[in-house]
Amino acid sequence: MTPAIAEPNRPAIHVDIASNEDVVFVRQRAREQSHRAGFSLLETTKLVTAASELARNTLEHGGGGYVDIEIITDGIRRGVRMTFVDEGPGIPDLEQALTDGFTTGGGLGLGLGGSRRLVNEFDIQSAVGRGTRVQVIRWK
Amino acid sequence: MERIPILRMGTTLLVTIQVDMHDEIAVRLLDDLTTMVTRTAARGVVIDISALDMVDSFIGRMIADIAATSRILDAETILVGMQPAVAITLVELGMSLPGVRTALDVEIAMELLRDAGDR
Repeated sequence: MTPAIAEPNRPAIHVDIASNEDVVFVRQRAREQSHRAGFSLLETTKLVTAASELARNTLEHGGGGYVDIEIITDGIRRGVRMTFVDEGPGIPDLEQALTDGFTTGGGLGLGLGGSRRLVNEFDIQSAVGRGTRVQVIRWK
Repeated sequence: MERIPILRMGTTLLVTIQVDMHDEIAVRLLDDLTTMVTRTAARGVVIDISALDMVDSFIGRMIADIAATSRILDAETILVGMQPAVAITLVELGMSLPGVRTALDVEIAMELLRDAGDR
């Protein structure tokens, strides 16, 4: 991932993800941070949609967890970084999980692969039995 | 439990989604609409999503399911008012909503359904 620093005067927004309502809450918080970062309507829509997919993954596959949503800068670039963390069962085969159409949850299998296309940087780390951490950045 | 209201206008059902739906509300809407199509023998379903600033894969699938289910029950679904940014994002996400008919606004959708009914 690109070295990026969180803007000190704009603290990260932390949202616990434990229910369907929380997924909506994550979308709203992502929208707020996106506006603060000066994103266009299209950039905001992409970020919020990615937030929704990843929050649902945290809930459905990770058994719940949290997200931190921060505004970051890298030189003159500004962006929004979202870090989703759960302590669920983990993902045994990351390659497979990122493939469109692969699903274990009865959905369409677009969550991970689809949200990766909506952001500029995508990093996933998972350990079976310990949990999953997905970090994404969208730059303005 | 929160519900999306369904309006009946003759043989058409009109749904205007104005809240940021969580997944259970979306699933309930599919159930409610299917029940209403059967009970009222509706020939058309118009879903207005002009107030939605995001459609993710779950809501997209719900819309596709409504269209598919209604078709089996002899009603046509028309999706109206999708914002351009939502459309671009939805396609990039990997959903192109095949089989879902769209129109720019509710008025055009109602005309389309009326024309279909005349034939």
